[in-house]
Amino acid sequence: MTDSPARCPVHDWASDYDIFDPDYVRDPAPVWEELRGRCPIAHTERWGGSWLPTRYEHLQEMVKMVPALSSASPLVVPPSPEMLEILEAETEKHGETSRTPPITSDPPRHRPYRRLIMPLFSPHAVEEHIPYTRTLCNRLIDGFVAEGRADAAADYAEQITPRVIAHILGIDPARAEEFVGWVRGVLEIGLTEPEEAVRSRTAIRAFFQEMVTERRERPCGDAISMLIDSEAEGEKLTDYRILGMCSLLLIAGIDTTWSAISSSLLHFATHPADQARLRAEPDLLPTAVEELLRFYSPVTMGRIATEPVEIDGAKIGEGDRVLLNFPGANRDPEAFERADEVVLDRERNRHMAFGLGIHRCAGSNLARMEMQVALRTWFDRIGEFELEDADAVTWAGGQVRGPRRVPVRFGAA
Amino acid sequence: MRIKVDPDLCEGHNRCFALAPDLFEVDDYGLSSAVNDGVVPPGREEQARLAIDNCPEFAISVVDED
Repeated sequence: MTDSPARCPVHDWASDYDIFDPDYVRDPAPVWEELRGRCPIAHTERWGGSWLPTRYEHLQEMVKMVPALSSASPLVVPPSPEMLEILEAETEKHGETSRTPPITSDPPRHRPYRRLIMPLFSPHAVEEHIPYTRTLCNRLIDGFVAEGRADAAADYAEQITPRVIAHILGIDPARAEEFVGWVRGVLEIGLTEPEEAVRSRTAIRAFFQEMVTERRERPCGDAISMLIDSEAEGEKLTDYRILGMCSLLLIAGIDTTWSAISSSLLHFATHPADQARLRAEPDLLPTAVEELLRFYSPVTMGRIATEPVEIDGAKIGEGDRVLLNFPGANRDPEAFERADEVVLDRERNRHMAFGLGIHRCAGSNLARMEMQVALRTWFDRIGEFELEDADAVTWAGGQVRGPRRVPVRFGAA
Repeated sequence: MRIKVDPDLCEGHNRCFALAPDLFEVDDYGLSSAVNDGVVPPGREEQARLAIDNCPEFAISVVDED
C-alpha cells in the first residue's frame, strides 16, 4: 500500500514497528540493521499484532517449525471481520475448512495438493513458456520504444506477469488488467482496506467458477482441466478446492514477480555501472538475477503460532502472528558478505527470496524465467536508460514489496 | 569427487540444476538428485561446489573428496 491516512509515528521499532510506514516500505534495510543488533525478533501491536525476525539463522529455524508455526493464515495481517464472516460461512457450507491447500495448510494435508501444482512449474515445464514470454516482452517494448521514455513498472513489469500466468492457466490474456486490479485488491490495497479485499476475492472466485464450469463441460488439457481431473486425499477435487487453487496460482504469480522485475529495472536505472556491466557481460544475467532477488526480495509470509514458541529470548504466544521476513534475512551480514551492496557477480548466494522448507514458492522457476526474459529483452531493445524523476517512484509493501512507478528515459539500443 | 542430494532436505529450488544441469536431474515435482551416482566428472568439481554453496536448504553435500 502506498498512500495511507495519518498514522502514529514509530518511536521504537523493536516494540512498535509498522510494516506500512511509508519510509519503511521505501527502504526497510536500516530498520532491520538496527533490530538485528539490539532486538532481532521485534514485536508490534499494530495491524493485529505480529513478530518480525530479522536474522538469517532465525528464519532458517522458523521455517522448519511446522506446524508450531502454522500456515493457517499466511497473510501479514489478520483477515478482517468481514472476511472472517465469509470464510466461516464457506466453511459451514462446504463442510470443510475454507483454508486453501497447499499454501494455507500444514502437513499432512499440504503435500498432496502441492504435488498437483508442482509439475506446472518444473524447470522443463517453465521452459515451454519462454517463447510466449519473450514475444510478450517485445510487444510491450514495441509500444513505447519510439518515445524514448516509459514506466518500467507500469508499462512493462506489471504487464508481463498477469499475461504469463493467464497463458499458463489457459485464460484470456485480454483480461490481464482485471486480474491486476483483483490481485492488488487482495494483496496490496486489501491489507488495509477490508472492503476491497472482499470485493476482489469475490470477483476472482466468480471468474474461476465460470471457467471451471466451462472446463468441466469442455476439457482442453490446460491447468484447470488438469485440476478437474486430479485427485487428492483419495478424492476428486471439488469446485470449491479448485477455485481456491486457481486463485492461489493467479494471486501468487502476479505482483510478486512484477515487483522483482521493476525493482531490478529501478536498480539498473539508478546504478549506471551495474547497467553497463550487464550490457558488457550478458552471461552474468542468471547470477545477477539471484543477487537482485536477494537484495530486493519482494515477499514476506505470515505464520500463526499454534503453541508457545521461544526463539532467542522472544516469547511467541499461542495464536500470535509471525512474519517470515525473508527480505530481512537476505540482508543479514552474518550470512552474506557486503550484504548491503548489490554484487552482480555474487557466485555464492544462498538467499531465501522464495522462502524455505515445505512452503518454498512453488513458482520460483517461473519467476526466475520471467525475470531473465524480461531483463534480457529490455537490455536487448533499450539503450542506456536512467530514472527520469526520482520523486515519481512509488512503492508498495507489506506482503509484497516493490516499486509501482519507475519512469525512465532512454536512448536507442 | 562424489556428491549427494539429501531427499529429505531438498525442496526443489532447482538452483543446482540451473548451475550444473550435467550433474543433477530433477523430477516433475522439482526434486533433485545427483546423476551418475553422484560421481562428478574431472574438471566439474568447481561447478559441483557452486551447486552445494547455492542450495538454500543445505541439501547437497560431498560424500567423497577424490
